[in-house]
Amino acid sequence: MFERYGIGIIKGLSVTIRHLFRIPITTQYPERKLNPSRRTRGNELIWNQERCTGCGTCAKTCPQGSINIVTSVKVEENKYKVEKFEVDMGYCIFCGLCVEACPYDALFLGYAYERARYRRGELVLDKEGLLETDERKPSGYFHPEVAAELPKQSLLVDRDKGRRA
Amino acid sequence: MAMQILPPDWPGNYWAHWGIFTVIILVFVLLSVLAFIWFERRAMAIMQARLGPNRAGPFGLFQSAADALKVMIKEDIVPSRADKLVHWLAPVVAFVPVMMVFAVVPFQGGALLADLNVGVLYIVAISSVTVVGVFMGGWASNNKYSLLGAMRQIAAVVSYEIPVVLSLVGVIILTGSLSLQQIVQAQDIPFILVQPLGFLIFFIGALAEINRAPFDLMEADSELVAGYFIEYSGMKFGLFFLAEYAEALVVSALVTTLFLGGWRGPLLPDWLWFLVKVGAVFFVIVWIRTTVPRVRIDQLMALAWKFLFPLALINLLVTAVEILVWPELSLWVLVPINFAVMIILVLLWSKLFKLGWGRVDV
Repeated sequence: MFERYGIGIIKGLSVTIRHLFRIPITTQYPERKLNPSRRTRGNELIWNQERCTGCGTCAKTCPQGSINIVTSVKVEENKYKVEKFEVDMGYCIFCGLCVEACPYDALFLGYAYERARYRRGELVLDKEGLLETDERKPSGYFHPEVAAELPKQSLLVDRDKGRRA
Repeated sequence: MAMQILPPDWPGNYWAHWGIFTVIILVFVLLSVLAFIWFERRAMAIMQARLGPNRAGPFGLFQSAADALKVMIKEDIVPSRADKLVHWLAPVVAFVPVMMVFAVVPFQGGALLADLNVGVLYIVAISSVTVVGVFMGGWASNNKYSLLGAMRQIAAVVSYEIPVVLSLVGVIILTGSLSLQQIVQAQDIPFILVQPLGFLIFFIGALAEINRAPFDLMEADSELVAGYFIEYSGMKFGLFFLAEYAEALVVSALVTTLFLGGWRGPLLPDWLWFLVKVGAVFFVIVWIRTTVPRVRIDQLMALAWKFLFPLALINLLVTAVEILVWPELSLWVLVPINFAVMIILVLLWSKLFKLGWGRVDV
């Protein structure tokens, strides 16, 4: 009966005033960071030098042709020696095909996401730059055993309650 | 509490008083505008579960100062086919009258630039000049959107001027004076209780006149890009922006002075009470902005002419009859009567309020 007498405005006003005491959705980014998904395809590749046999499957499967691998034969050990393993991350589309194709589980997509660079040249990663370090952790993409050890993705629904950041 | 009828001679002669209060008003308006911009952005952000500006200085307090600096050093672009002189003059014409209104607003007992005995009339007259500046800006920009925005604003301001002024007359009848100083001194109970309907009409009308949400369709970003100041940049845009927030400040100060008892209040010093009340009224304006969606132009006009205008007339009549018939009666007796009148009238008129002979949804 009182639908049209400004009741709607009063209801709306009460909604907005209750929002004053809500926790904000915003995360203060550089100070507080959320965990990305454990299977994230972060913007880098991680290469395991010990497991790599230099078979070159990753380079063949890469649709962008951004993996450049040069090998030589070590006759006495009957193995390939990886002379050069270069990935131009500027061309990478993070499809993850190289990771899926690698028969020896030597390639991973990265877990970090703050890998922006100022120069194009810095995007080309060589053998040393592709190794796993503390800042360059592998993500659980296509590797559930890696995913099991990563921290759970932080969801906005289970943020710490009652605190205004 | 200083309760002189005339402003005291402090701080000395006429020119010292003039100079000091001019400086006070300038500083007050500029600082409050900066504070209001910050306050609005923060309050709106918090109500929308965001944080708002919080990087520049503690709690982002310096954000509006940084924005002001940015606006001042930006390039000032004048469209090649613009009416250059009018384009240059418009922001000044829009801003100066807003500043002049504060000449008669008392910050505390006797603390005002000029205690005009026609204070309310002066405010009504001066504040209408702003719209001339707006139209100059809209016209001189040589842009159809800015002209459209300016036309809408003029239509709104001219329409809403009538209910706003009529609702002010109720207060004037109760006080018997046009001086804002004496209106405050007459408010032993805040006039919001004695004139609830008048307050409602004044507040809604004032929101429409300063084109705040929900009546901000004169500068709707989504349909008019920005309204009349679309072709302005740099300090000229800054002046328009300043004028807009100074208008919000004017409305807050007028609602405080006319309906909330001005500087009067217990415990705190008088000027602080004034600032607290102005801040509270501005918070309500921001609160409404976060809540209510924008109205259409036909709803805007219909609200002014079919709803506020008749109610303002009836409010004026009721107040006049009450004062004529029971001139000696305590104002407390009028409070329940006027609240009852307000509720009955609003319910009745809501029933009658139609758009397009009932064929358009309200």
